[in-house]
Amino acid sequence: MSILTWTWILTGLSFALYIYIAYASRAKSTGDFYAAEQSVPPILNGMATGADWMSAASFISMAGLISFMGRDGSFYLMGWTGGYVLLAMLFGPYLRKYGKFTIPQFMGDRYYSNSIRVLSLICAIFVSFTYVAGQMRGVGVVFSRFMGVSINMGVIIGMALVFFYATLGGMKGITYTQVAQYCVLICAYMVPAVFISMQLTGNPIPQLGMGSTVTAGGAALLNHPELQGHYLLDVLNGIQKDLGFAAYTSGVRPRIDVWFITMSLMIGTAGLPHILIRFFTVPKMRDARSSAGYALLFIAILYTTAPAIAVFARTNFIKSINNVRYEDAPSWFKNWEKTGLVGWKDKNGDGIMQIAKGSEKDPKSANEVKIDRDIMVLANPEIAKLPNWVVGLIGAGGLAAALSTAAGLLLVISAAISHDLMKGIVKPDMSEKEELLWARAGAGVAVCIAGLFGIYPPGFVAQVVAFAFGLAAASFFPCILMGIFNKKANKEGALVGMFVGIIFVTAYIVYFKFVNPAFNNKDHWWFGISPEGIGTVGAALNFICMYVVGKFTPEPPQEIQDLVGSLRYPGKLVVPPSAH
Amino acid sequence: MSIHATKELQAYWKENLVIIVVHLAIWFFVSFLCGIMIADQLDGYMLGGFPLGFWFANQGSMITFVILIWTYVYMMNNLDKKYDVHEG
Repeated sequence: MSILTWTWILTGLSFALYIYIAYASRAKSTGDFYAAEQSVPPILNGMATGADWMSAASFISMAGLISFMGRDGSFYLMGWTGGYVLLAMLFGPYLRKYGKFTIPQFMGDRYYSNSIRVLSLICAIFVSFTYVAGQMRGVGVVFSRFMGVSINMGVIIGMALVFFYATLGGMKGITYTQVAQYCVLICAYMVPAVFISMQLTGNPIPQLGMGSTVTAGGAALLNHPELQGHYLLDVLNGIQKDLGFAAYTSGVRPRIDVWFITMSLMIGTAGLPHILIRFFTVPKMRDARSSAGYALLFIAILYTTAPAIAVFARTNFIKSINNVRYEDAPSWFKNWEKTGLVGWKDKNGDGIMQIAKGSEKDPKSANEVKIDRDIMVLANPEIAKLPNWVVGLIGAGGLAAALSTAAGLLLVISAAISHDLMKGIVKPDMSEKEELLWARAGAGVAVCIAGLFGIYPPGFVAQVVAFAFGLAAASFFPCILMGIFNKKANKEGALVGMFVGIIFVTAYIVYFKFVNPAFNNKDHWWFGISPEGIGTVGAALNFICMYVVGKFTPEPPQEIQDLVGSLRYPGKLVVPPSAH
Repeated sequence: MSIHATKELQAYWKENLVIIVVHLAIWFFVSFLCGIMIADQLDGYMLGGFPLGFWFANQGSMITFVILIWTYVYMMNNLDKKYDVHEG
């Protein structure tokens, strides 16, 4: 069967599964809709968190990105996993003990202020929309590349599916579909990686294969029998140097910038509402801790495989393309040329493809080959000559990654509208039935807006993903942390801290990305910190403001300090009558 | 005095804080130190086919993160039992 048929079969089967699960787990109450009745077993919550977390970008683009960046790319790896250590120890268990439904609600209760609740819900909606725009586009792109459907049609199919299970099932439906989506995406990612690792190094575990020696078969695959017995990373370092790049395993970006970006991604991860609310869905405080452990384990399976794929794919790609006559190019190169992801421009007219530093469009550069970073994952199975069903799996996996992340984000938006805005502020005496209706309507409207972003992608999407992390890092992270670990943290400090953090990060990013993009380089950045890493500074400013303002303003009322105390240990609160 | 400020609960919280600080120190060491600040120096040593600093940045830090969460889970479950605040 052809690749196209396999892709349709596997995608169709996975979609049928999602629809069945959504129908079987539809929400009956607001508790169901926002927090799956706090009944999700930790291991399943771990899988759902993994699918929630790993987006279209993690699945399709990350390995390719890293393959172009070498060790510098590791800030994505460390930054997007290290946040879970913070979640497990600093946030998850205490938020579970709090036991309500949304992050804005926690902020409003802890800082006894509706202004903070409103500010938080605006931040939550903004962060989630920035993030969701990329997901819907991702759905369309996967459809168009693998299934011969137009991008817009793909977005509409994805919208219809998410609309169905998000409005019907709320958190409960989303959680159990995410469990299925995790299984699909991890299989789709691992199967080609295991095959390729076997071919090149004889080791079935890609993480180990990356550090192993090239086998005779691997050397034959690379068209260079003399490479047999050499460490794969040494081979790649050698290739890089021959072509005029820096060694793959070395870092060239200033360390201070890498440091700040890693920190910003870590604390941004810990401040993202769609991840935080996952901790509301487990039965107990101890389950919140272990579900963070499961989540990171499931995420790390993909995240430790990504750098291995990056190394395999880059070695494979360069060895099978560089200095090869165009007529002798492998069939996958010609297949993917049609999509525009790879291309060749014979600048020196010798009929041979040459890879070098620089862009193929730049007449001064000797590089003749266009390589889009996404090709590293998308074409990987074909490059390694794997069977058609493996290639078909990649499409289903990419869709699972994009849809699961989109659904989690849409739930944050819907809950912010129905629970925090309508029930919390506009109409507190609303019945549960009415609130559920608002929640479903909110999810429906959010899906449509996200779909519009997918069909008419605003040019700034790629620019603002850094913004989502920076904003989460500078607003939610410090306030939630202080809210749990410092009983004296008060309303005034939190308000000033959030405002300063948000305004600082926004100003820095808007200046370098939109107002004066020509200055967006390390000569003009403050202390050499790029806009991607500025969230760390914003968070530090937020902490300082909270502390200083808190010193000069009244401390929080006793019942708030008691609330904070009650978050810090498991078990029910037993109040002896004499205590009142 | 707050109803949550009994001696036992304060002692429980203090032990929790110590466990967190130790874990976060290791978290910082493997990623920000070994994976970034001293990665170039560590690259002089090899771990199989990996330069050591590169290994920390690409794999070692993430493997350590997973282990850290699970040791935290284990230690906190014991602590819950020790202070008799564990759930059900």
